[in-house]
Amino acid sequence: MTPDIEIDTEDRRGWMGLLARSDEADLLHLWQSFGQAPGFTWLRAPEIGGVMVRGRMGGTGAPFNLGEMTVTRCSLRLQGGQVGHAYVQGRSKTKAEAAALIDALMQTELAAAVQRAVLVPLEEKRTENRVTRAGKAAATKVEFFTMARGED
Amino acid sequence: MYVAVKGGERAIDNAHAWLAEERRGDTDVAELSIEQIREQLKLAVNRVMAEGSLYDPDLAALAIKQARGDLIEAIFLIRAYRTTLPRFGASLPISTGDMACDRRISATFKDAPGGQVLGPTFDYTHRLLDFKLAADGDVSPAPSAPPRTEPTPHITEFLQGQDIIQTEPENDAIPRDLTREPMSYPAGRDMRLQSLARGDEGFVLGVAYSTQRGYARNHAFVGELRIGSVAVEMEVPELGFAIDIGELELTECETVNQFKGSKTEPPQFTRGYGLVFGQSERKAIAVALVDRALRWKELGEDNVGAVAQDEEFVLSHADNIQATGFLEHIKLPHYVDFQSELELVRRMRREAGADVPEAAE
Repeated sequence: MTPDIEIDTEDRRGWMGLLARSDEADLLHLWQSFGQAPGFTWLRAPEIGGVMVRGRMGGTGAPFNLGEMTVTRCSLRLQGGQVGHAYVQGRSKTKAEAAALIDALMQTELAAAVQRAVLVPLEEKRTENRVTRAGKAAATKVEFFTMARGED
Repeated sequence: MYVAVKGGERAIDNAHAWLAEERRGDTDVAELSIEQIREQLKLAVNRVMAEGSLYDPDLAALAIKQARGDLIEAIFLIRAYRTTLPRFGASLPISTGDMACDRRISATFKDAPGGQVLGPTFDYTHRLLDFKLAADGDVSPAPSAPPRTEPTPHITEFLQGQDIIQTEPENDAIPRDLTREPMSYPAGRDMRLQSLARGDEGFVLGVAYSTQRGYARNHAFVGELRIGSVAVEMEVPELGFAIDIGELELTECETVNQFKGSKTEPPQFTRGYGLVFGQSERKAIAVALVDRALRWKELGEDNVGAVAQDEEFVLSHADNIQATGFLEHIKLPHYVDFQSELELVRRMRREAGADVPEAAE
């Protein structure tokens, strides 16, 4: 089944990543306000699992296993045939379901509406949080000054 | 020798009921919520995630509540939960160079590009009890300044440009995983960094401190310490490409240590590395010092017989769940074991001619 509209992989990576990282309450609030409850069938019901997170030695070298994180995943198919997937941080099955529905709807003619109602405000909230933290960090940056040493 | 014995069920049930009551404490005092623990005891939550080896702040907060604040017990609960999770896969190696830094300091370069950013640190506090916190918890908002938007470069990059420090050449070898295969020695740096990341903070701190006190001293400077959030990416087979699956707060420490050189290579600084879940800088620095000490063979240094150079000793004793399991099991009934030892010592005493009157049993 091909999607209704051409999907750019970079765009899809963008919204799936945004949905994965977003705060559950923010996402569910926006999704519920959007007011769509499209019919779907599960291809994979929501499942909680772990992903082993890898780092690199010295930040840049060979990989090593740092520890796991919790992730919830699911896949579903809309009545129109579009398949939505979700891999989201944490253990919320409702968050995973909303993320997969949004992923599927982004492949339909509703894409622009979903983008406007859910993804844009979610991204704005995220940017705002990030900028706030970065601003507080910037305020703790040390400004050095050299004292006169008195030795000509 | 273990013998099945029945009995004690009622005592155990009642002990657990009392435990639940003691956990709750005085019911005139408001009950702690998971959100309160997660938000206000965040560094405890971070430690439980790091040593439990599972990043999930809500679960770690629940474990702390259930364990009545006993962090090793909480780590035990997280480790037990972790084993029930199906493994979806492994992430791509995270890129700490892209970290959104809350804190980033260098003890080696005052004017490092990106600057010295202190972040929410205990450093420079006077360590005097603040009785205002006992009265009310109101805080005024922290000051803000124009934010830095570009990523903060790693300090070692600048040294590397001058070829004056060891490089850490990137490769994509699949690392060994101590949760999937038994530890065997020599362990390799991948297994060491995994084991130290989940190792007991106190133990790793003690071993690291021993290197500073002269046991396998390696003259570490904190080249860089950074704390912040990093995206985690994973290849998703059903999509055929990688997506971000979340974001973690991490602490990374890179040490710059004394030299290695040979007839063919001029002397260079060497490196230690520590990466830990959450804001946990004591642990990250300690991991980096121990990592560096354990690299003695690779760097052609002498084994001076120090604990911090003994990979098998360090890695076999760093895990507080293994340690506490074995340590605490000796309080459980060993009646039959002890009975046999009692008989043995009595026989030996008889054979040695000691006149032992049989005690009433």
